[in-house]
Amino acid sequence: MSVDKQIVAKIASLARIQMGDAELERMVPELNNILSWVEQLGEVDCSGVEPMTAVIPNTLRLREDAVNADPLTGGDRRDDILANAPAREHGFFGVPKVIE
Amino acid sequence: MSNYRIQGATGEWEVVIGLEVHAQVTSQSKLFSSASTEFGAEPNAQVSLVDAAMPGMLPVLNGECVRQAVRTGMAIEAQINKYSRFDRKNYFYADLPQGYQISQLYHPIVGEGQLLIAKDEKAGIPQDKVIGIERIHIEQDAGKLMHDQHPTMSYVDLNRCGVALMEIVSMPHMTSPAEAGAYVRKLRSILRYVGSCDGNMEEGSMRADVNVSVRKVGDPELGTRTETKNVNSVRFVMAVIEQEARRQVDLIEDGGSVVQETRLYDPDKNETRSMRSKEDAHDYRYFPDPDLLPLNLEDAFLEECRSSLPELPDAKRLRYTGELGMTDYNAAQLTAEVETFARFETLLAETARQAGKPEAEVATQVANWTLSVAPGVIKSLGADARLEHNTAAANAAILQMVSAGTVSGGQAKEIYEIVLKIGREPAEIAETEGLKQQSDTGAIEAEIDKVLAENPDKVEQYRSGKDKLFGFFVGQTMKAMQGKANPGVVNELLKAKLG
Repeated sequence: MSVDKQIVAKIASLARIQMGDAELERMVPELNNILSWVEQLGEVDCSGVEPMTAVIPNTLRLREDAVNADPLTGGDRRDDILANAPAREHGFFGVPKVIE
Repeated sequence: MSNYRIQGATGEWEVVIGLEVHAQVTSQSKLFSSASTEFGAEPNAQVSLVDAAMPGMLPVLNGECVRQAVRTGMAIEAQINKYSRFDRKNYFYADLPQGYQISQLYHPIVGEGQLLIAKDEKAGIPQDKVIGIERIHIEQDAGKLMHDQHPTMSYVDLNRCGVALMEIVSMPHMTSPAEAGAYVRKLRSILRYVGSCDGNMEEGSMRADVNVSVRKVGDPELGTRTETKNVNSVRFVMAVIEQEARRQVDLIEDGGSVVQETRLYDPDKNETRSMRSKEDAHDYRYFPDPDLLPLNLEDAFLEECRSSLPELPDAKRLRYTGELGMTDYNAAQLTAEVETFARFETLLAETARQAGKPEAEVATQVANWTLSVAPGVIKSLGADARLEHNTAAANAAILQMVSAGTVSGGQAKEIYEIVLKIGREPAEIAETEGLKQQSDTGAIEAEIDKVLAENPDKVEQYRSGKDKLFGFFVGQTMKAMQGKANPGVVNELLKAKLG
């Protein structure tokens, strides 16, 4: 698997990363290097082996359905939430108008 | 097969419909954070650091949302996947601070199921039809944007961000607006029975993406479909299908072709229009969410989900028509909404208890009262009806007096009005307000004798074959009794006397 300049440009645009022509040129071999390095894993025959989802045996924990059970991960903290907002408008985030 | 057709210049066309319904899961807190889900809070008051996607935050799955999705799956007889997993759907938008929605693309929690829409000839559904459901998966809702509050800015409220949704994806099995409407109503009914979604379409708890394509009648190939997003009422779902089918037929017949695209419905103009999304808007680059382990469901958990399911609409309808001997119409009306059957079943139990009879014997009387008499009286009273007086015990007492012949149907309504307005005992009202009918045969007989004595000519005519005069005698007797005689008793006595 390898990428060309066009694919890199598309990935950059999907990720909303602005890149000039020179940057795109530089990224192509860099990314291809990474890809070929990772592709070495393809040499290992893992047919019949279950995909591993965690390095230690573990299962997904479920949470109790309780509001603001942990103050750090609950709501009711609008000032904190809006603290970094570039524009704070009547309790809303203000963003450049997005409408088609 | 429905017979819904679109007449085109080149012949008849049929429409093929699939629906993706997003139903907000009933839970106290969000899917991956403990912020509240309550509707109508101050903007951004119910946002946690997780929902706002602050660096270093980790999602922790709400067990109740999993439980509700599984119960919903069981209610549509679907396969429940003991192994499921969460994926990231990547896109940028101002209402999605994470830059991705956590969803389940590859391994949804619920697999194939089905739902029955009942025959309704008036609505254009000639027979019962089973609609296949492809899957249900759990995902996060996005925030809300307001565009009309500021000249150059959009306002973002993240309260809804991270609330759990079930996306219920039907197969393309519907072939008319009526079927699609019936599907949404039935699905809503099941969700509300199960208690997994409040089904409130006005508040956006349920909204549908409507997939529509058209093809010539008999063509085995499916046409290119369009998807109209976020349609928030049954009426609009049906309107979208009509408009979109018409538009596609006209487009194809004019030599054009349908573009696979996302559209929006404008209820004011009753038309759909293209959202003109950017080319690669659909490149979501899904991948398994590395923050979340796979979800494995234990047998004990599944058992609890199953045993907590209530009697579902189809089973209830069958029991009403079977065991309770009700008409199809009454059964369908009573089982459609949770509130209706709950009120009916409470009253049925109370009436049977007061009458000392099995439920089946009083079911029809209670059904008619619940569906037509009681709502009529409540509606006519308007704001005067104090619903706290509308107890099962009072209703049952009135019904009991009707079936005992103590009060007539008309008197029952009058008593009910007083109950609703003031809340006195029905039996006491009947007594003190003179709202009782006379079943005392002696008194009625005396009046009948008088009527017959006063009208010897009519008695003669009746006896020589003029049957229609029977009504005259009933009328006269009732008049003499000031309308308070039990009509059944009057009929019986008159028949005997006129012989």
